[in-house]
Amino acid sequence: MKPRLARALLLLAMLASTVLLAACHRDESAPWRLTNVTGHMPDLDFKLTDDKGKAVTGADYRGKVVLLYFGYTHCPDVCPLTLAQLHVVMQRLGPLADDARILFVSVDPARDTPDVMHAYVNAFDPRAVGLSGEPRAIEALSKRYRSAYTREADKSDGQYEVSHSSAIYLFDREGKARLLSTPANPQDDLVHDLHLLLGLGAKP
Amino acid sequence: MNLRCLPLLLSGLLLAGGAIASDADHVKASQAWIRVMPGSLPAGGYVTLENHGAQAVNLRSVSSETYAEVMLHKSNTEGGMGRMEMVDSLSIPAHGKAMLSPGGYHLMLMKATKPVKVGDKVKLSLRFADGSTLLTDFDARPANTVDGNDTMDHQGH
Repeated sequence: MKPRLARALLLLAMLASTVLLAACHRDESAPWRLTNVTGHMPDLDFKLTDDKGKAVTGADYRGKVVLLYFGYTHCPDVCPLTLAQLHVVMQRLGPLADDARILFVSVDPARDTPDVMHAYVNAFDPRAVGLSGEPRAIEALSKRYRSAYTREADKSDGQYEVSHSSAIYLFDREGKARLLSTPANPQDDLVHDLHLLLGLGAKP
Repeated sequence: MNLRCLPLLLSGLLLAGGAIASDADHVKASQAWIRVMPGSLPAGGYVTLENHGAQAVNLRSVSSETYAEVMLHKSNTEGGMGRMEMVDSLSIPAHGKAMLSPGGYHLMLMKATKPVKVGDKVKLSLRFADGSTLLTDFDARPANTVDGNDTMDHQGH
């Protein structure tokens, strides 16, 4: 290759990367404050049982903005804290929150029957839905969003803890994965982004 | 009422429903509350402990007539995973404080001997490494309470 051509190609490559960088930059200045996962995660899809004992799929929540969170009812600290914080977020959204659903998916289906889940989610927020089901179906949903959970060793009395991912996945009304919220994100950011997300595709 | 009750009553009045020290006079408990969960699910217990003494004290164990089992735990959400660890003791530095609060150190209260309702006061006995104990009233609060200072929705005064 002639040196001049090589230099031109290098320049072109540099230019291209500059353009790419600029594109990334523009993306960063998008209105979202949480981590934008649009296009990087699959649409909301599952086959589970809700806290009223009804078989449900991801399609049943189209038209609603969904906050997906994995946990279990025997979790005494982190899960109640997260759900209590989400309740405050829903209150801050006011009437808009009626178009949002908190889907609390159990990673402990052996203990989390629909009855237990029903009492549990309703202690937090009327817009929270408890989902449980076949262990394989829960595993599939968890894997779909690269979430993880591990049942820890039983204690002497047969009780056990389940370690689980602490992220909250946000889906738009069409079931598209849009944002990821972690415990490190300020509550204001979640409220801010939910306002925007609820504004997308809203029926007048 | 016999006279032996008087100091207890007085300290109770002075602390206005807060902690009643039995042995551990140098440790003061405040913002003590329990997150009431439905059914027989385990509940979290939270408290702020202030040590007015010149020596560090160690919280070793907690017991209650209301819960057959109480454990000291610590939550950890590092690396995106929520985990719980058992903790043997919690040190409260001299002239300092230690907080048991949501998302961190907490008490795991299990096997309630009777139903605990929102608004109840539940007595928990905190035992320290030096053998002293602190009998503390914990306020039973709704499941969706965010923290001990949360007066927004439910705990209006």
